[in-house]
Amino acid sequence: MAGIPASYIKNRLITLVLTILIAATLIWIIPRLSPVDPAEIALGRMAAGAGSVADSDEILAQLRASMGIDQPLAIQYLRYIGNVLVFDFGISTASFPTPVSALIAQALPWTLGLMILSLLITFLIGNALGAFMAWDRTPKLARVAIPAAMVFTSIPPILSGLLLMWIFAAKLRWFPLTGSYGLTVEPGWDWAFISSVISHGTLPALSIVIVTFGFWALGMRGLMITVQGEDYVKLAEAKGLRPRYILYKYMIRNAILPQITAFALKIGLLVAGQVLVERIFAYNGMGKLLYDAILNQDFPVIQGVSFVIILLTALSVFIVDLIYPLIDPRIRHDTGAT
Amino acid sequence: MTDAPLTRDDKRAAKRAARFENPWRSPKLAWGAGLLLSVVALGILGRLFWDLEAVFTGANMLKIPPIGFENLRGQSGTFANPLGTDGAGRDMLALLIIGAPNTLFVGLMASLIGMSVGIVLGFTAGFVGGRTDDTIRVLSDVMITIPPLLILVVVQSVFGDVSLTLMALLIAGFVWQSPTRLIRAQVLSMREAGYVQMARLSGASTPHIMFKEMLPNLVPYLFGSFIASVTTSIVTAVGLEVLGLGPQRVPTLGRIIYEAINAGALIQNLWWWWGLPTLLLAVMFIGLLLVNLGLDEVSNPRLRKL
Repeated sequence: MAGIPASYIKNRLITLVLTILIAATLIWIIPRLSPVDPAEIALGRMAAGAGSVADSDEILAQLRASMGIDQPLAIQYLRYIGNVLVFDFGISTASFPTPVSALIAQALPWTLGLMILSLLITFLIGNALGAFMAWDRTPKLARVAIPAAMVFTSIPPILSGLLLMWIFAAKLRWFPLTGSYGLTVEPGWDWAFISSVISHGTLPALSIVIVTFGFWALGMRGLMITVQGEDYVKLAEAKGLRPRYILYKYMIRNAILPQITAFALKIGLLVAGQVLVERIFAYNGMGKLLYDAILNQDFPVIQGVSFVIILLTALSVFIVDLIYPLIDPRIRHDTGAT
Repeated sequence: MTDAPLTRDDKRAAKRAARFENPWRSPKLAWGAGLLLSVVALGILGRLFWDLEAVFTGANMLKIPPIGFENLRGQSGTFANPLGTDGAGRDMLALLIIGAPNTLFVGLMASLIGMSVGIVLGFTAGFVGGRTDDTIRVLSDVMITIPPLLILVVVQSVFGDVSLTLMALLIAGFVWQSPTRLIRAQVLSMREAGYVQMARLSGASTPHIMFKEMLPNLVPYLFGSFIASVTTSIVTAVGLEVLGLGPQRVPTLGRIIYEAINAGALIQNLWWWWGLPTLLLAVMFIGLLLVNLGLDEVSNPRLRKL
């Protein structure tokens, strides 16, 4: 890419690779610290299904071989890293012959769709409100009302989700309570399905939006106040430019830049929040997959979901970091951080 | 929201000026601290004046609403259970008295540990520089992008039941990065400041410069960072609890919500079951936010105007 020094890209790339490697390693090490033998769990599941299992020792050995846990640890680890790189997380133990990657492939589009939509809405609303909060020409009423709404900022989306669910789904019945589309609708590109998806997605998206827009608004307000004191704004005012023009072209444009970095740092928390929202709304995304896997002690799925979400987070941070110098040419690359 | 309606403008202006001079007197800080203390007070007073055995013995009628309300079976609230009972007949008030301080405890403990690690690493990175700095910087850059919830889900689904302290320790492993980064950046910019150069020239030892000269200047940032990591820790803890992980035998606010959702409390209109813990959590988070905003005004005078 033009304009970005190679050392900067190299630095970011190293961080990305390290993040993925550390996450994958942690996910691999943790289950191995536990005294529980996954082969015995699988055997227990079989026994529970069949009533009794003959030749259990032999089956255990076979299960261990098929899971690869009869190999030395180093080989297990290398094999695991190799598999993870091609998104092979093994086979789900709860829904047995289905590979974990197939389950994730089903859930991922829902999560991504919900996330991108709610992120875009909050980023726009939040930054617009924050800018107006700091602008001295905003009506007084709005300047008092916006901070009051800001109190919701601190609440995690799962709580707002519960509240919205209770009011709009359980009490008023305006929106469906759970799921990501109606049970009676066939998935497809027709209006019945799309409208069902929209009505099921509104509450989850809304519960994320109402608690996250304040974060952007607060940050934006602080940045706007800083920008207001800058000489170029004073000059623009002295030149007699229209206040609205100054607001958009001079102030917001400059103030929004650090918000994009904040965005990169916040992605991880936002994703975690959304996982929980999906869990309470039983939305067909990664959150529900994760929750079901926890209930069923389905370790391959738990590992796969965690890894994919961490990977997504790391990738988005990487992309934001790469785009940032293009948006703000003033940034110095040599420091690497922030 | 922050200003009480006063009749005289000049009185108001004087108050504002006083607040500008001494930002520690900001109403945001006072309100925030008040909200947090009310949660602590609930825990302390509750332990003194309320029978907490009701948490472990579901001896009451099931799903009784709070006083003044009626549930779907037409039962109304009783004084024996002023805030109602849950689906197992446990007293909600007793659950909250034990659960709310537990949740706060996890947040405070995790952040205290995380902060201490952050202070040590941040100072080391900023001061020592070179290889050490690179390692710490890359490590905190890497860890900051990993959502704590997802790693902890793996940990706890493997190990099953954990104690409150263990959960706090696990979360602490994910809240040291932001303080580290913040302190490192501040130390780097402070290292060249006049008074630090002066101290160095007059032969002060490195620990003296770190802790006597620089640390006091970092206090507002440290507080702000601490409050932010308390919030992150509580959010993570509640997240784990709502997924059915976390301590299984100790009541926590997240666990009450988990049980309520699983029992279909939303559809049965048992709002007090999930609503009261939600409300308490909201009080905590709003308290933390207000304290954080107040502290921001302490460290950044430009924000003191609202």
